Amino acid sequence: MAMTGVLRPGFCQLRVLDMEKSMVHYRDRIGLDEVSQEKDGRVYLKARDEFDRHSIILRSADEPGMDCMGFKVLDDESLTQLEKDLTAFGVDVEHIEAGEQPGIGRRIRFQAPMGHIFDFYAEMEKSDKGPMVQDPHVWDEQPRGMRPIRFDHCLLYGDELDETAEIFQKVLGFQVSEVIRVEGDVINAYFLTCSTKAHDIALIRFPEKGKFHHCSFLLEDWNAIGNAADIMTRYDISVDIGPTRHGITRGKTIYFFDPSGNRNEVFSGGYNFYPDNPRREWCEEEVGRAIFYYEKQLNDRFMGVVT
Amino acid sequence: MCRASKSVLAELERQHCQTVSIGCRGGGCGVCRVEVLMGKYAVGTMSRAQVSLEEERCGIVLACQLYPESDLKLRVLNRKN
Repeated sequence: MAMTGVLRPGFCQLRVLDMEKSMVHYRDRIGLDEVSQEKDGRVYLKARDEFDRHSIILRSADEPGMDCMGFKVLDDESLTQLEKDLTAFGVDVEHIEAGEQPGIGRRIRFQAPMGHIFDFYAEMEKSDKGPMVQDPHVWDEQPRGMRPIRFDHCLLYGDELDETAEIFQKVLGFQVSEVIRVEGDVINAYFLTCSTKAHDIALIRFPEKGKFHHCSFLLEDWNAIGNAADIMTRYDISVDIGPTRHGITRGKTIYFFDPSGNRNEVFSGGYNFYPDNPRREWCEEEVGRAIFYYEKQLNDRFMGVVT
Repeated sequence: MCRASKSVLAELERQHCQTVSIGCRGGGCGVCRVEVLMGKYAVGTMSRAQVSLEEERCGIVLACQLYPESDLKLRVLNRKN
């Protein structure tokens, strides 16, 4: 098996200001399935093509943003090895007991120099609403809303960017698919992959620690992006930009906001990455085209609007 | 004066007025932080990381969550931090 260690982004726990409005947004508009609401108030959701129990967790709070992002690893041995590797690299590791979220096994956790909290786990219950496996149809229940396929990746903002990217590369086994280099050795954006996706996480330099730029949902194709755009206008969802395309990763995209100001993305496409691929680099002068390929310039919100 | 069903920011955006930055429009990001110097208003839910309770009592609000009930006089502030 070629893919080992960290497999993929598995979950993202977001803070929201108004759970009722958030449920309309994530369940009815984006089209995630509600899995459960637990006694502590957290609500668990999933996209239709995910096998595991949940991928998006919403928690009521008085400020929005991201609590933590979870990555699934291949097996329990990989988790044990990952803890050893993190500790040997000088990273403090915390243990989260199995069941802190329903249906999930033990987790190891660390806070990155950028300020974000990352969890790793090997076990999660399978959903009874996962993709069909026996003589499967393309879907079992008809997809709703923007018809999301899966939670795909996050873009996070913070300082101590290089130190964080180093942990992802040297300890967690990620590779850098693309960077934005501003001058000499200064890199302001890393796009990192642990798979054959163009990115599984992206990190951008920002003066404040622990900021959340967006979590992204994969859609099937450009037509699905159009359907999502129709839904955004019909239901007056706050749109940041799009439909457009990224130069980096080549994904076709819309950025929009949930009712608490957390940015979401729906996207489709992008190239496949293999470990022998050369790193793609963008210089500062071309950063507009790198981020928004059709507009060829950043909007004010891209660098400044985060939660 | 704008209709109270629409936030100050939504009305400014409709009029293509760029005095206040347009961010998330959901009370989260804080780029539309303003101080109300005069007038009556109601507010929606705002991130406490951007507007503390004490600041809210002093008239500091996010324009996207600011619903006018009279003519307002505003001062534009920056995002906190």
